[in-house]
Amino acid sequence: MSTLDLKNIRKSYGSDLVISDLNLSLEKHQVKVLIGASGSGKSTLLRCINLLEEIDDGQIFLDGKDISEIGVDADDVRASIGSVFQAFNLFPHLTVLENITLAPRLVHGISRAEAEQDATELLARFGLSEKANQYPDLLSGGQQQRVAILRAIICKPKLLLLDEVTSALDPVLIAEVLSLIAELKREGMTMLIATHEMGFARKVADEVLFLKGGQIIESGAPSQILEKPQSLELKSFLSALEEAGRL
Amino acid sequence: MTYQPSQLRLQREAARRQASRRSSTIALLSTLLFGIAVVLVITGAKGFQLVRQSFFSWHYAVHSFPSVLSGIWLNLRVMIIAEIFVLIFGLLLALARTSKSPVLYPVKLFATFYTDIFRGLPLLLVLLLVGFGIPGLQISWIPNSAVILGTVSLILTYSAYVAEVIRAGIEAVNPAQRMAARALGLTQTQTQRRVVLPQALRKVTPPLLNDLVSLQKDSGLISVLGAIDAIRAAGIETAQSFNFTPYLVAGAIFVALTIPLTRFTDWLTRKQDRARQQQGRW
Repeated sequence: MSTLDLKNIRKSYGSDLVISDLNLSLEKHQVKVLIGASGSGKSTLLRCINLLEEIDDGQIFLDGKDISEIGVDADDVRASIGSVFQAFNLFPHLTVLENITLAPRLVHGISRAEAEQDATELLARFGLSEKANQYPDLLSGGQQQRVAILRAIICKPKLLLLDEVTSALDPVLIAEVLSLIAELKREGMTMLIATHEMGFARKVADEVLFLKGGQIIESGAPSQILEKPQSLELKSFLSALEEAGRL
Repeated sequence: MTYQPSQLRLQREAARRQASRRSSTIALLSTLLFGIAVVLVITGAKGFQLVRQSFFSWHYAVHSFPSVLSGIWLNLRVMIIAEIFVLIFGLLLALARTSKSPVLYPVKLFATFYTDIFRGLPLLLVLLLVGFGIPGLQISWIPNSAVILGTVSLILTYSAYVAEVIRAGIEAVNPAQRMAARALGLTQTQTQRRVVLPQALRKVTPPLLNDLVSLQKDSGLISVLGAIDAIRAAGIETAQSFNFTPYLVAGAIFVALTIPLTRFTDWLTRKQDRARQQQGRW
């Protein structure tokens, strides 16, 4: 049974079809990376999976359970999926430790002491111990994003969705964040990642999916997708990246 | 090596000092001239001596002070009670107005209607309607004390203002914050209470305190219902002597009461601005 199974997903905003008849499945411990130009539907797809957006048609199965059915408790589903966004979205009025322990305490019913212990261990493992009691605005972008990732994984989600998590960072900070994600992969985290970092896609992806116009045009191993593109769309996307010096 | 400011920098600082000395001198002179003009116009007025006697009499000021002071004690109690209820009701109204739950739709409708009405109605009119209208209904269990009905009027009016301020704060919180909270699995209510409201209230603390300052001085309006507050006490003194100084005494005490809150508001605003500039904690 796959961790995630998308069957014929369709999503439109008004007359604008953003995702059309998309199929995707993700096995446990697998990491798939979505690439494609802005507006190709990557972010929308991720937001449909954690039910922040409603799909118009199709089915989404999480561990075999249809979460796109009417009447499914969306809060329950989101509690078992971790999400990280481009803009970090840490809560500015809470300290790093409070940011990380909020969901365990409120959503998963873990005691404050236990949640804080878990969070402290996690922060220590990723070299963020001395930031525990600081407010997010005092942290660098890379630190903020790493805290946001820890916030998303502390309750051991079945699936982690990363939406262009490095797009707002400079190269040095990008490296910090990417090494954290690579570490999560080693630990077996199941992930679906939207990114513009091709080098990173090459490093962590079990499979790379190229999206355009809300459809998967081409998919395969990173080396195959990035070096032996078949479709015209992918070729032109990669050559645009090359021209911009981003390949 | 110790820090040595460069020649250019020293020259620049000297020039800046000179410019600032020049502008202080100009400011001082123009203030002085303006002050002298105001004093000349007022003291030169035909009725100046009369006004001075009837508004600025030291004798009557001292004489009326005790009774005005005992009146302010009532204002103080009214202010504090009203402030507490205004904050509670204002918050509830703001939550109702920003709620998206279909169950609460009638409440939302009511809250919108309520704030529209009470922001538009002059406080004096609310006082008269509540203070004289409600006792007129002759319902035995409703108190008809001027103090209680006056306080109720203040609460009715100011809850509407405060609700709008808090609502503005709620709407100013970045929608991405709400999305992030929901993505973590927090429910609508948890998101509102733990993520949105704390940020909203921090944003609107200065305007909120401003409304409370305004409420404090408007507590003097309950005197129109006959409650013996500072204004009313001053009025009684004036009626006996035909000297208006007691009103000024009451005014001075009101100002003295609101100054701490206005200074606190200024201080808090400055602190928040600084924190925002430094991108630090707030």
